[in-house]
Amino acid sequence: MQDIAQAATNFVDLESWNLIYLFLVGFVGGLVSGFIGSGGAFVLTPAMMSMGVPGLVAVASNMCHKFPKALIGSLKRAKYGQVDVKLGIVLGISAEAGVLYGAHIQEGIKKSFGEAGSNLYVSAAFVIILAIVGGFVLLDAWKTYRSGNAQEEEKATKLAKWVQSINIPGTMVYFKCLNARISVLFTIPLGFATGMLAATIAVGGFIGVPAMIYVLGAPSLMASATELVIAFVMGLGGSFKYALSGLVDIRLAMIILAGSLFGIQLGAIGTTYVKPFMIKVVMGVIMVIVLFSRALMVPVYMSQLHLIDEISAGSAALLKNVSFGIMIFALALGAFIVLRAMWQGRRAEQSAARAAFEHGEA
Amino acid sequence: MSHSNVKKKPVGKMLLMGVISAALYVLLLLKQDVIISYIGQGGVYAILPIITAFIFSYVHGSFTGDFWTVMGIEAAKKKKEVK
Repeated sequence: MQDIAQAATNFVDLESWNLIYLFLVGFVGGLVSGFIGSGGAFVLTPAMMSMGVPGLVAVASNMCHKFPKALIGSLKRAKYGQVDVKLGIVLGISAEAGVLYGAHIQEGIKKSFGEAGSNLYVSAAFVIILAIVGGFVLLDAWKTYRSGNAQEEEKATKLAKWVQSINIPGTMVYFKCLNARISVLFTIPLGFATGMLAATIAVGGFIGVPAMIYVLGAPSLMASATELVIAFVMGLGGSFKYALSGLVDIRLAMIILAGSLFGIQLGAIGTTYVKPFMIKVVMGVIMVIVLFSRALMVPVYMSQLHLIDEISAGSAALLKNVSFGIMIFALALGAFIVLRAMWQGRRAEQSAARAAFEHGEA
Repeated sequence: MSHSNVKKKPVGKMLLMGVISAALYVLLLLKQDVIISYIGQGGVYAILPIITAFIFSYVHGSFTGDFWTVMGIEAAKKKKEVK
């Protein structure tokens, strides 16, 4: 009975502006996810919390919209031949283990250092990982753009070639997106790291997609599409785990899903019009901007832990609002780049078709 | 003159799935008190949000997919070679 009373307080009253807000954020998050394989969660979870939804319910409800969204997105992109289901499932299973371990670490930190300690750990993970991986992805996209080779087929990195050359008997599996056999001893830690990141910052794809591209040698389009399979496997397991404790607010999850399914279909269509390096551009830009958003919050948590001089409540609130604003800006900019690239691709295709038609007439 | 390869837009299917999707959302919001009282208990009821998510994703996913097709937004004609 106490559990039911507890559960009732977990679920907020929904007002119509809440529904519209979640629908719109869901749409933009879905658009970006359909294109780069992940994203949106880092805005959705705080957005729900700003409506008064408890943190764990926000995380659980976000996860429960993620797996059906990823399912629809991966089915759509599979139609375009971009999904490697086997790689997605192999990485997804080890990612599930990473999620459980990541959540365990989170609980330990919360017990030892409290809420502020846990927030500081999450923000530090955001800043360090996004600075290294996001910086690398953006630099690579910039180099491709500058080199004028954006139209050319992507080449596997030296690291990926080395990984593909290692033969460990009994562990080798063929993956179609790599067109090579690789040892699962390489995929397990990558999946595990993806899951740990998903449990920590809610967006495992920031590790998963670059890992598939740079460590395994997958093309960008296939890596981002395969990430949707990983997100489905992780999201389904995670949602069930949270649902066992009655933490999923199905209304929030389904309203976000209503917007995000419009978005993910559009994002998936967008991948057929753009050059592959655009996946890296969108992912890198979002990662680097989000990094600044989280970095702003680091002094607030450090002050709460008395690691630095105390910051006034007004300054802390200002930093929090600016940080959230920057996150929304990151997602909106990502969506703008996707739509713009798609628009340009469609126009180029239409003018090519017109030219071909006129040529045929002449 | 019409091209022989012009596909018919799935307007009927989109409308049908749109109506079912809207009905599901109306039902979810009208019966929200009953639904969240069960789901909030967790345990064996954990299966409810999972089943709900699958049903909504099938119906609404089908609707949204057809929606963009009817709007004329479809994948590039020449699919990109990804390898």
